[in-house]
Amino acid sequence: MSMTLGRRKGRPVRSKTANRARSKENRAAGLFLLPAFIGFAVFYLYPTGRGIWISLTDWNLLSDPKYVGADNYVEVATDPLFWNALKVTAYFVFITLGVQVGVALLLAAIMVRLTGSVVVRALLLVPWLVPNVTIGLIWLWMLDANLGFVNHLMGKAGSDTHGFFASPDEALLSVSAVNVWAGTGYVALLLYAGMLQIPGELYESASLDGAGEIRMFFTITLPLLRPILALVMVVSVIGSFQIFDTIAVTTKGGPVDATRVAYYYIYQEAFTHFRMGYAAAMALCLVVVLGGLTYLQMRLLRASTSDLA
Amino acid sequence: MSTSIQARPSAQAASAKPAAGETGHRSPRRRFGLGRALAWLVLGVSLLITLFPFYWMLRTALTDGNHLYSDSTSLWPEHFTFANFKRVLGLASDEESRAAGGSGADLDFLLYTRNSIIYTTAIVVGQTLSCAMAGYALARLRFRGREFAFAVVVGALMVPPIFTLLPNFVMVKDLGMLNSFAGMVAPTLLMTPFTVFFLRQFFMSIPREIEEAAMLDGAGHWRIFWRVVLPMSKGPILTIALTTAVWAWKDYLWPLLVGNEPDNRVLTTGIGVFLQQSPNARPDWTGLMAASTLSVVPMLILLVVFGRRIVNGLNFTGLK
Repeated sequence: MSMTLGRRKGRPVRSKTANRARSKENRAAGLFLLPAFIGFAVFYLYPTGRGIWISLTDWNLLSDPKYVGADNYVEVATDPLFWNALKVTAYFVFITLGVQVGVALLLAAIMVRLTGSVVVRALLLVPWLVPNVTIGLIWLWMLDANLGFVNHLMGKAGSDTHGFFASPDEALLSVSAVNVWAGTGYVALLLYAGMLQIPGELYESASLDGAGEIRMFFTITLPLLRPILALVMVVSVIGSFQIFDTIAVTTKGGPVDATRVAYYYIYQEAFTHFRMGYAAAMALCLVVVLGGLTYLQMRLLRASTSDLA
Repeated sequence: MSTSIQARPSAQAASAKPAAGETGHRSPRRRFGLGRALAWLVLGVSLLITLFPFYWMLRTALTDGNHLYSDSTSLWPEHFTFANFKRVLGLASDEESRAAGGSGADLDFLLYTRNSIIYTTAIVVGQTLSCAMAGYALARLRFRGREFAFAVVVGALMVPPIFTLLPNFVMVKDLGMLNSFAGMVAPTLLMTPFTVFFLRQFFMSIPREIEEAAMLDGAGHWRIFWRVVLPMSKGPILTIALTTAVWAWKDYLWPLLVGNEPDNRVLTTGIGVFLQQSPNARPDWTGLMAASTLSVVPMLILLVVFGRRIVNGLNFTGLK
């Protein structure tokens, strides 16, 4: 589906009746927009302002907030745990995104060239329908050190027992792997939908010229898919930046801070240590980082321009 | 949107005329056959990896808890039993569940499922309706400030949930709506920027002539919206409603913060609590997997009923 943001041009000069019609239309628009506007004003606009204000205070939810200026931000900048959280998050996003987009591209390309079966796509989508809490639980069991199926498999292949979620070296990779497993099918379907928009004649003429599947993928599919790919990447980065449920169920940020991603750290500061001001300041810093990253990605991937001329 | 994948013409030619393709530098038929087999293999392995953990979950759920340790590699449940499901559904007595290897902790599954359904339904109905109205106004009505209003929606798309989470929690707390359905559904009941955006993009594509015809018949905007536009938009509305339903069903953090009384606890948070009650040294794996299985079932039903719609609705309808 293409999107046009064009406005209809060349409206005739307005008469009085048209003016009356316009004010009627204004009123109608107001009524149509009212419910969504209330939701927006109360739960988006106001909280945004309030969040900025909270971040300038020292507040434990019980007593009155105390204005402390930029103190929280100074603390964020010098908090090793915050930097660790950013580092862990960045590492996690990088690995997850790399593997997920790579595998999803491969699957989407295979499906486009091989089968349009809805059943195959629906099956790939199953993990996306399952709550992350359940996914975390399933993998907690699959990767259990003593009885987990994966350790059995690896044991049969002659490997030692792995701690996975319980091992500081493996925990983050394990969470990342679980996330890849849960999200790849969904990403593959998005890319598949994008690939379907590429005209088939391009492939036909390329193969008449003797290009193989792999070469066609790199010379036709990938370049033409770029805008969609860029969007998928941006959305995936934003999504994996906000990983929370899986961590909460599997590792709780441990072992030894190894998986304490930014989102989880903010949650802990706010709801276990009741440091609302500090948590809000960190959240704002995270938004700035995320905004910068998104902008950078858009620039690098030239997302807004398409090669489909 | 059904798609038939075109096989490569060279392959068709090769299969139609066996002699073709034997000339020159490559034999497309053989390479193609090998490539095809390999592609199917990759797809098959991916499906296996995707689905096996769910099978393992089911297999564990059907295993007698006391025999979980006897042979944990066989693909079939050891000592097949429905006891775990009974336990999780609260149909077993305490002695029975302890005997089956449980912790005696209860998971009031039916209650949490009911709560999840209430939570999801309220959000889907409220959000879809309210966002459809807003999307229609932004797409179709000419009013002052329309461009600005739309820019605001796009701007709101960029605000990550983490930032509004804390202030919204504080607000729900101040309003005295903690641990109530009202507080749980409030933030998303009336709009999410994405839903407004999605529906506006679709309404833009409806031909104006239809509305103009209805106008000439003397119908007002309200009637046109209900009688003409909505019936025409069943597909996209169902798509976005399903997406919203999946999202609400999976939601964890917000219900955890504002709805943690048994009376309004949803499935995701209920399972979280069930996990916490499970002894760390010897987690009640069979019970946990039975609970997991049950939490997956409603979504699977959704996939079976609306499979095609969900799968084909997943595309970037001009996202951002």
